[in-house]
Amino acid sequence: MATLQLKDVRKSYGSLEVIHGVNLEIADGELVVLVGPSGCGKSTLLRMIAGLERVSAGTVAIGGKVVNEREPKDRDIAMVFQNYALYPHMTVFDNMAYGLRNRRTPREEIEVRVRDAARILELDEYLERTPRQLSGGQRQRVAMGRAIVRKPAVFLFDEPLSNLDAKLRVHMRVEIRRLQQALRTTSVYVTHDQVEAMTLADRLVVMNKGVAEQVGSPVEVYERPATTFVASFIGSPAMNFLPVSVNGESRTLTLRGGQPLTSLDSPSPAQDIIVGIRPEDIHLQPNGQGEAVRLVVGIDLVEVLGADSVLHGRLVGSEDRIMARLPGIHRIRAGESLPLFVAPDRFHYFLQSGRRMAQQ
Amino acid sequence: MKRAIFNDRLLPYLLLGPQLIVTLVFFIWPSGEAIWQSMLLEDAFGGSSRFVWFRNFERLFDDEGYWASFETTAIFSIAVATIGLALALLLATTADRSLRGAGAYRSLLIWPYAVAPAVAGVLWGFLFNPGAGLLPYYLNLMGVAWNHQINGNQALLLVIAAACWNQVSYNFVFFLAGLQSIPRALIEAAAIDGAGPGRRFWSIVFPLLAPTGFFLLVVNIIYAFFGTFGIIDALTKGGPARSTEILVYKVYSDGFRGQDFGGSAAQSAILMGIVVVLTVVQFRFIERRIHY
Ligand SMILES: Nc1ncnc2c1ncn2[C@@H]1O[C@H](COP(=O)(O)OP(=O)(O)OP(=O)(O)O)[C@@H](O)[C@H]1O
Ligand SMILES: [Mg+2]
Repeated sequence: MATLQLKDVRKSYGSLEVIHGVNLEIADGELVVLVGPSGCGKSTLLRMIAGLERVSAGTVAIGGKVVNEREPKDRDIAMVFQNYALYPHMTVFDNMAYGLRNRRTPREEIEVRVRDAARILELDEYLERTPRQLSGGQRQRVAMGRAIVRKPAVFLFDEPLSNLDAKLRVHMRVEIRRLQQALRTTSVYVTHDQVEAMTLADRLVVMNKGVAEQVGSPVEVYERPATTFVASFIGSPAMNFLPVSVNGESRTLTLRGGQPLTSLDSPSPAQDIIVGIRPEDIHLQPNGQGEAVRLVVGIDLVEVLGADSVLHGRLVGSEDRIMARLPGIHRIRAGESLPLFVAPDRFHYFLQSGRRMAQQ
Repeated sequence: MKRAIFNDRLLPYLLLGPQLIVTLVFFIWPSGEAIWQSMLLEDAFGGSSRFVWFRNFERLFDDEGYWASFETTAIFSIAVATIGLALALLLATTADRSLRGAGAYRSLLIWPYAVAPAVAGVLWGFLFNPGAGLLPYYLNLMGVAWNHQINGNQALLLVIAAACWNQVSYNFVFFLAGLQSIPRALIEAAAIDGAGPGRRFWSIVFPLLAPTGFFLLVVNIIYAFFGTFGIIDALTKGGPARSTEILVYKVYSDGFRGQDFGGSAAQSAILMGIVVVLTVVQFRFIERRIHY
């Protein structure tokens, strides 16, 4: 049980800085997910917490103590690797017991702890097997077991599910969440899968190019994305962005084709801004209460997913690309034009720089 | 996969032919000849020979000199294999730690292997020449009187050193490749699991290198048994007083210098048997001990 604190953590390889000052406070028992596209520095950040990479600047503190100079083994952490990193020449039992033996835990206690972990993870029957005699999902559980027997202060996960097939991934995701809630161990979980991120996280850290773009609860991040990057990364399909100009006096927003959209409540700091609309906020009918903005869309592709359908098209007039996600199955043909409706209180406003506008 | 079809039934034989002929002419035929000869006894003047079944072998096993050569071979090959392997492993772990991917240094370490054993022998002969060599001079300064031309133990030490030097780079390459095939995450997992560098080496790296090590052990023993002929011939010619006469060298000196063809052939038949056993052991073990 411990808190985890990152203060202005930076990482450089030679003269190349890849992590540009990350600040993060993780409460005791919290599960924080680092999410972002490939190469954004998630693993690097996690490995700095683990002590597998040196911290170039800033501090990492576990349980209130700065651990920058401590070896991984002295940080009281456990890590689950993407490829599991099980010791191939040891049995499942020995894999789990290895860390305890290194710490000179009494034999009887090792026995008890490993058997407990094996029971929780349903690995009892496999204790005498070697890793190569296990399926991917079982190996994954052994990797989890190796982490939990140690009862560390912090769990670190680096894309632990990315080698599993889709169905097993969903199953293990739920298992991990359940386990973490039962154990209440502070955890940092790295993934590039936004569904995994949304469902697992107490708090999300959305990373982009070595910067934490937004830190917040999944709902917060979804409802009020801090930047266009976050807005397009979280949510599927990605948010639509429509460039609009603000008519100074009336604060009216106009699309590039000249169509007025809505008007702002307060003055805008810029003339040209971006309106973001989530595909799931677009409907076939105006939504009962309040005004709705009407957008005429020329459809060029319909993807029917079963539970819902995704329409792809362009706004008639401005030619901006737009996607809409409608519940249910819709047999709309490509080439048709049809009116779609959005409530203006579902609009997100961004500056050209990508930052969310302070108002609204 | 699609099977290639050769309409010409002769083609496979044509393709295999050269290899088969080489094997036949340079391996099967001389081996057969040697086994045949090991059962013949030439008369004292080399004129005629008699078929004597296993008399040559019996004579060999009664010969104390033969057993002495066995002992020399055992000491020599155990020393060459263990020192050669240990040194190579040490070099490989050092290179793996500090020089992941640095090719230049690695290829430098490989050079000794490109030196033919006979040349290696001459080289070490120069270095340790009791009259003119550089190293005996320094050894003398340190109070060690070096003369491997009289001192049998020193001679044995010298051939061991030269043989190790010649072979260590080969072992090094295999160990380094073995080390680099161990995923880094395994070592990191062990580090997080509380294992220090020494424990990581002995509990993770070493067991995972065991198959490589075993393969090399057999290769090194075979090298020590047979491949070192050139080194011994160039350095000591089996002397002084047969102190460096290993089995292969005895085959040569008994046969070509002593003109005892039957006895020499019997010795080579025994050596062939040893190679067969070593090879079988190697395949058995390699099959069983691969971890991935
Ligand atoms: N040893 C290194 N030397 C130089 N640059 C490195 C090194 N390791 C990582 N990087 C760079 O640091 C950045 C972050 O890498 P990192 O592995 O943390 O990405 P990631 O977010 O985990 O990506 P992925 O989802 O693909 O695993 C990348 O741009 C990468 O090229
Ligand atoms: Mg990564």
